[in-house]
Amino acid sequence: MTRVFPFSAIVGQDEMKQAMVLTAIDPGIGGVLVFGDRGTGKSTAVRALAALLPSIDAVAGCPVNAASEAEIPDWAQVEDRTIVSKPTPVIDLPLGATEDRVVGALDIERALTRGEKAFEPGLLARANRGYLYIDEVNLLEDHIVDLLLDVAQSGENVVEREGLSIRHPARFVLVGSGNPEEGELRPQLLDRFGLSVEVASPNDIDLRVEVIRRRDAFENDHATFMQHWDAEDSALRARILAARETLKTMKTDDAVLRDCAELCVTLGSDGLRGELTLLRTARALAAFEGANAVTRQHLRSIAASALRHRLRRDPLDEAGSTTRVTRVVEEVLA
Amino acid sequence: MSDASDIWSRAALAVACFSVDPAGLGGIWVRARSGPVRDRLIAGILAGLPPMGLRRLHPNISDEQLFGGVDLSATLSSGKLVRSSGILGTPTAMLLPMAERATAGLSARLALALDAQNGHALIAMDEGAEPDERLAPSLADRVAIHLDLDALAVGDCPVLETDFDAITQARALLPDVQALPEALDTLTRLSARLGITSLRAPLLALRLARASAALMGETLVDEEDLTLAAELVLAPRATVLPQSETAEPEAEPEQQTPDAPTDPEDTTEQSELDMPIPEDILLEAVKAILPTDLLAQLAASKAPRRTASASGTGAAKRGNRRGRPLPSRPGALDGEQRIDMVATLRAAAPWQPVRAKQQPDRTGLHIRPDDIRIRQFEEKSDRLLIFAVDASGSAAMTRLAEAKGAIELLLAEAYARRDQVALISFRGEAAEVLLPPTRSLVQTKRRLGALPGGGGTPLAAGLRAAMELAEQSKGRGMTPSIAVITDGRANVALDGAANRPQAAEDAQTLGRVIRSRDIPALVIDMGNRPQPGLKDLASTMGATYLPLPRADAQRLSTAVSVALDA
Repeated sequence: MTRVFPFSAIVGQDEMKQAMVLTAIDPGIGGVLVFGDRGTGKSTAVRALAALLPSIDAVAGCPVNAASEAEIPDWAQVEDRTIVSKPTPVIDLPLGATEDRVVGALDIERALTRGEKAFEPGLLARANRGYLYIDEVNLLEDHIVDLLLDVAQSGENVVEREGLSIRHPARFVLVGSGNPEEGELRPQLLDRFGLSVEVASPNDIDLRVEVIRRRDAFENDHATFMQHWDAEDSALRARILAARETLKTMKTDDAVLRDCAELCVTLGSDGLRGELTLLRTARALAAFEGANAVTRQHLRSIAASALRHRLRRDPLDEAGSTTRVTRVVEEVLA
Repeated sequence: MSDASDIWSRAALAVACFSVDPAGLGGIWVRARSGPVRDRLIAGILAGLPPMGLRRLHPNISDEQLFGGVDLSATLSSGKLVRSSGILGTPTAMLLPMAERATAGLSARLALALDAQNGHALIAMDEGAEPDERLAPSLADRVAIHLDLDALAVGDCPVLETDFDAITQARALLPDVQALPEALDTLTRLSARLGITSLRAPLLALRLARASAALMGETLVDEEDLTLAAELVLAPRATVLPQSETAEPEAEPEQQTPDAPTDPEDTTEQSELDMPIPEDILLEAVKAILPTDLLAQLAASKAPRRTASASGTGAAKRGNRRGRPLPSRPGALDGEQRIDMVATLRAAAPWQPVRAKQQPDRTGLHIRPDDIRIRQFEEKSDRLLIFAVDASGSAAMTRLAEAKGAIELLLAEAYARRDQVALISFRGEAAEVLLPPTRSLVQTKRRLGALPGGGGTPLAAGLRAAMELAEQSKGRGMTPSIAVITDGRANVALDGAANRPQAAEDAQTLGRVIRSRDIPALVIDMGNRPQPGLKDLASTMGATYLPLPRADAQRLSTAVSVALDA
């Protein structure tokens, strides 16, 4: 049995945790990119997120986790059509996964044994309504990246190969992690991530000691440790569910919209995706904090995550994108 | 520096600790050439392994073997789906020979398996000859024990004895071993002082200390265990020489934690006050075995890695000639084409019942020639040579015509090799891409011939344009190289102002950026007298510097081909 380290027990890395929680509140934010050193808890956080997320109602035997019988794709032969509560899928896309495994392919078993032409769903189908996690996303092969871009944008996976013509919904939150020293990510893919966070090892010794201490307690005093942190996780889960409700009635002033637009114009980010993400994320944060309207304070807290990967890269600016965003936020929201 | 027998006895201890808790420690990374020394170590490791089984991987292992998949031959013969179980399905020790050749994909999968904590352990045998040819960092971070046995001779290394009783007892004792909270503190602080950013290191060190305590038959981790853990787990990962008389001048500031004192006496006092195990004792132990050439090694590891994928696979050939896989096509086997087995079976599969009815007496698979699918790759000769030509007044006066001639010769060669070329000129206030990457010889010649001269020398702008083009082309799967042809008298800064010092500084900055992006470059000095400034720039860029004061086009061309092919 795999034991998962509880999400709430992760020390520090507040920006990363916040970004993940916000995508759980509003999946429309569109994914999180986590860039940083090794051993800073990137993979731990993603696996913990899987255990934290509220479960979804889905058709038991459905390969794409359809919410109701009507939504089951016609190619799927689903025997068990009862609606059950499933954990939110968090699917790993390993480096070097073949196209077949990602998008799905002809089902060899059925073809050989029954002589039927059937579709074997791939990772994208399994990730529908959940999360798709790519570790070392910056090392992913280009043709897989192209596939993902296309699907992430359309929310639908279209397979036209081997005489198959299949489509199914593939709406998922893309979570990517990587170490920027080992390779850059193409700007096209960068832009598809709603939020991006930079993580680093904590410099504070006490914080580091606390990390190790909790991990050690997790391994060697499992029961007591989990008893405490399971309660924390449940509280967080309840907050996420409450925030999803609050979000429906969230009010947004025109002034906030103006602020979003002004931030993006000043930073010179391409396209309108910056504004949209900024707004959605700020709304999700406001909902998470139980506020009923978005304020400048919310914008301030999430501006860096929402915008830092959308800037045109200036090779001569050594200050880095985070500083640039902070500077502009200070100016615009002064 | 410790001597050979020390290294070997530490390795023996490491092997014993690993035998106690293989899954907890994640594994061993052995850096040694294939030979009797390594054989003895591996024999020792294998002898001590618990009955968890051992599987041998190879660097090109397929997903089916790792994760399990459809057993095609069994499936076809029985007509029912037969799945084979993968190596990662059951807890096992995995022996990975030639670990430095493991692809990024394999490393990621193994890292995933180690992360899952399902009882897997990795024994990575790394035979890398060059310093940057090594186990993928993602795996190195996850295995506790790093051993470097390259310096050892067989004579120093007696056969490892495995004390089965002690190991069995230690395994039983392990769950009861306690570590004081201070021990944990000490290891964490120590790893911070050694500049280890990963937090896995102190955790793995603690596990090793526990295993060591269990091996000694104790239930409390003591100083000896911590020392061993520091030596085996933390020392090989150190990136900063701990504060001492040989303090590293370039210690990265962000890794200087507030607690890492500038005054060593300060810690000694502090540690003695609140810690039963003085950190400095451990620090001394680590320092004793840190290689004396740590600084040189650090410099090597900080230099840009040759492969962006950092996988250590044949760096020189990366990205070239392999092409990107295309969907398989129907085709005939002519002895040269490679068959795509799975696609062929897929094509044949739906017809099996029908064909079986037609030929009821035939057993086995019915595959017809029109089922054959051929593997295809998109072949791309993807080298791109970017010429950044100085067309300023000063250059035009001297050698522009010769430079043009040389480029034309190079073009002809590039054409013969199906390489692509791009042309950038810089003069006046800015640089201009005269010709985006192309294979058209005629077009390039025409643009080159019409290249006007005159104005200032905005070298930095030229470099920036070249770098941007190189980055773009990388994204399209090409391998760019930059050839800068100039007389080196940069006098226009990036912002277009005529400011000589600023211009030189901008050029240097861009040089650094080009180096950090790992773009091979060549600087050709076509001034009448070689410019020392230009030589500096070339070394900043990591480029070859070619002063050609009296060269004709032919010699220039030869020099460039030699430099770029090297």
